[in-house]
Amino acid sequence: MRIVEKRILAKGICLFVIEAPLIAKKAEPGQFVIVRHKENGERIPLTIADYNRDQGTITLVCHGIGKSTQEINQLNQGDSFLDVLGPLGLAMPIEKVGKVLCVAGGLGVAPMYPITRILKAAGNHIISIIGARSQEMLIMTEEMEAVSNQIHYCTDDGSFGHHGFVTDVLSQVLQEQEIDLVVAIGPLPMMAAVAKITKEFAVPTQVSLNALMVDGTGMCGGCRVTIGEKTKFACVDGPVFDAHQVNFAELLSRQNFYRDQEQAALHQCRIGVGR
Amino acid sequence: MRQAMPKQAAEERAQNFAEVALGYTLEQAIAEANRCLQCKRPLCVEGCPVHIDIPGFLKLLAEGNPIPALAKIKEQNSLPAICGRVCPQENQCEGRCVVGIKGDPIAIGNLERFVADYAREVGQEPVLTPAQSLDKKVAVIGSGPAGLAAAADLAQFGYQVTVFESLHAAGGVLRYGIPEFRLPKDIVQHEIDAISELGVEIVTNHLIGQTLTLDDLFEAGYSAIFIGTGAGLPNFLNIPGENLNGVYSANEFLTRVNLMKAYLPEYDTPIKVGQKVAVVGAGNVAMDAARTAKRLGAEEVRIVYRRSRQEMPARLEEIENAEEEGILFSLLTNPVEMIGDESNTVKVLRCQRMTLGEPDQSGRRNPVPVPNEYIDLSADTVIVAIGQGPNPVLLRGTEGLALTERGYIKVNDENLMTSIPGVFAAGDIVTGAATVIQAMGAGRKAASAIHAYLLEQEGN
Ligand SMILES: Cc1cc2nc3c(=O)[nH]c(=O)nc-3n(C[C@H](O)[C@H](O)[C@H](O)COP(=O)(O)OP(=O)(O)OC[C@H]3O[C@@H](n4cnc5c(N)ncnc54)[C@H](O)[C@@H]3O)c2cc1C
Ligand SMILES: Cc1cc2nc3c(=O)[nH]c(=O)nc-3n(C[C@H](O)[C@H](O)[C@H](O)COP(=O)(O)OP(=O)(O)OC[C@H]3O[C@@H](n4cnc5c(N)ncnc54)[C@H](O)[C@@H]3O)c2cc1C
Ligand code: SF4
Ligand code: SF4
Ligand code: FES
Repeated sequence: MRIVEKRILAKGICLFVIEAPLIAKKAEPGQFVIVRHKENGERIPLTIADYNRDQGTITLVCHGIGKSTQEINQLNQGDSFLDVLGPLGLAMPIEKVGKVLCVAGGLGVAPMYPITRILKAAGNHIISIIGARSQEMLIMTEEMEAVSNQIHYCTDDGSFGHHGFVTDVLSQVLQEQEIDLVVAIGPLPMMAAVAKITKEFAVPTQVSLNALMVDGTGMCGGCRVTIGEKTKFACVDGPVFDAHQVNFAELLSRQNFYRDQEQAALHQCRIGVGR
Repeated sequence: MRQAMPKQAAEERAQNFAEVALGYTLEQAIAEANRCLQCKRPLCVEGCPVHIDIPGFLKLLAEGNPIPALAKIKEQNSLPAICGRVCPQENQCEGRCVVGIKGDPIAIGNLERFVADYAREVGQEPVLTPAQSLDKKVAVIGSGPAGLAAAADLAQFGYQVTVFESLHAAGGVLRYGIPEFRLPKDIVQHEIDAISELGVEIVTNHLIGQTLTLDDLFEAGYSAIFIGTGAGLPNFLNIPGENLNGVYSANEFLTRVNLMKAYLPEYDTPIKVGQKVAVVGAGNVAMDAARTAKRLGAEEVRIVYRRSRQEMPARLEEIENAEEEGILFSLLTNPVEMIGDESNTVKVLRCQRMTLGEPDQSGRRNPVPVPNEYIDLSADTVIVAIGQGPNPVLLRGTEGLALTERGYIKVNDENLMTSIPGVFAAGDIVTGAATVIQAMGAGRKAASAIHAYLLEQEGN
């Protein structure tokens, strides 16, 4: 699966447009792919951040946080992914509901973009709230502005827009206006905080969960999450779920389970031992 | 006397992933084959789901001709190196062997394995060539034993066959489930290569139902479709604490090790095993998980099973191997809760003592709980190996595909056709979790039915 375009969106965040005609044909907002970038590599889930059915391409945005994602970000235009499997998961249901708040943090903007675009095309009024650590880390702002009726920016360091978290702006908007649906994509703690607030306001909320995965086809059960009282497999039952039903505490602890081993892998590759 | 299978010593093999059973020498194989009585009405053949001509191949082997013996087996079974290793022979061919009534049955599985290994090692395998070339395409979904067997036969009939597999490597459970020390992956690859050489195209990374639908396949010009997607969805116990860290389905644990090679430093997929491992269940999958955990360095590995030893569904040989390797068994012990530490990692598997009650209709004695008798087993890894259900992906993406009450694909018993004309299914996705040879046998039956169906279509 050849990379036809690569762009660096921010420090450590790269966008890849890759040739994947079958996936491009079927992809819907909210779905993802699993890639391997090399023999011996991990299977890494990445959201389909955009797709072009005519050109047969899909867009992936990758944040280099560990060994595999950092290696992926070293791939260049003309290189190929060894494996790309998808589209995986269920599409997010899109309807005209009225006013929709799209809350995205950090890398979450990338998967939020096609969802927002389609929500807008379905006739919804879109208010976007976009957060990042600092101005340099804000990505895809132009794209988001083009599909939002209104847009708010927040940075942790105050270098751009509101000085503080997306949740501050969220509470404010919810106090001022009737909102029909909230969609939140970003780091787990952010989505958990959003869910808590929107629950108080009783606004239906959708989140996209990035549980740890192996196969992505329902075979291993490693991606299980508790939704309501039930165990669901994020790769086949999700990854988009009703935020008010998600057990975020459990999910957070599951994500950190391999942290020490992964840091060891990263350390090893940085100092180049045995690789 | 039955020839004993040479094995790696238990203490040694519990430290490595190399194959446990080392295989017979030619002399041993001939001696063992000579024990066969060449029965006129061979019951062993009835016990084999694909009806291999067992006395036939044993005779050739006893005469010192392993290559023709293999050709005889290959008339019925395209994966002998695999079946010889993993078939539950005690319930199948060997279970019916008359020599077994008074003594030890002929080691049919060991001999089947021997002739396949021998031919591979000396590079003299029977080359199969398609009978003719037909201008028709057939799609096979899933590359487990059912799909591979169906693909091989369809190619022999002359069809252009494409196998679609969702993972990045072919083989199904043979690849991701059954561990290296029981079924070396080189052997699996070799058998798959032989099927590719028949002209079968194997495309990986295609999840049918998502990447392509059955309708897409028909539109792309496939005249018939075979579904062999297996029973891949792991069951859980549904007890409190099951989503704690350190709790794996056997599928995840084994996939991390077998497919993703997490135990080799040059692979990036992580795995954690800890000091104490509890494996819930007592089938082949449970034995494989337990023995794998031991090899990954766990100090104490325990099988936790709610029934007694007699009811354990695993192959006898694997239970014995596990015992030799120091796996502990807590029988009549049923998990009721998993308890974690402050980081949400499992620490204790709480179990209730069980006793066997009255036999049920099937004659099996059901376990019943002993009131107020609990034991706490300490465990930093719990592996749940209590069976699998049908994977939903293809089923939900296919309109009009009738399912059974348990959610498996419903087929016509005669020709294995599903409710959709031209779509056939076999293997674990039809029967529920079964055996390699049963899946293969059913895959072959489906291939013949597809051939008949397409001939009939042509006639109309
Ligand atoms: C459905 C889905 C969609 C995803 N979409 C994207 C995407 O579009 N772009 C992108 O960059 N990433 C995405 N991810 C996350 C991405 O798959 C992980 O970041 C990646 O697997 C980490 O691999 P690594 O080897 O680089 O890092 P590791 O070394 O494995 O991990 C580095 C650190 O990140 C944490 N971590 C690991 N996996 C995850 C995870 N799944 N989610 C959050 N934290 C994790 C670890 O605990 C560790 O602290 C998605 C995940 C899922 C399940
Ligand atoms: C750990 C373990 C140990 C076992 N040990 C033994 C043993 O010792 N002896 C024995 O006889 N049996 C054993 N079994 C059982 C045996 O392996 C199975 O009965 C047999 O593999 C079933 O074959 P199958 O072809 O129906 O399915 P599988 O082997 O499950 O293959 C199905 C394939 O289809 C693929 N697939 C699924 N859905 C899709 C889709 N939508 N699109 C494309 N591809 C798809 C899967 O990735 C998989 O590769 C064991 C099973 C396990 C899990
Ligand atoms: S295929 Fe299995 S059951 Fe049949 S003869 Fe061989 S080992 Fe026995
Ligand atoms: S039943 Fe036993 S002795 Fe008789 S033919 Fe079969 S293997 Fe030989
Ligand atoms: S990732 Fe394996 S079941 Fe979801």
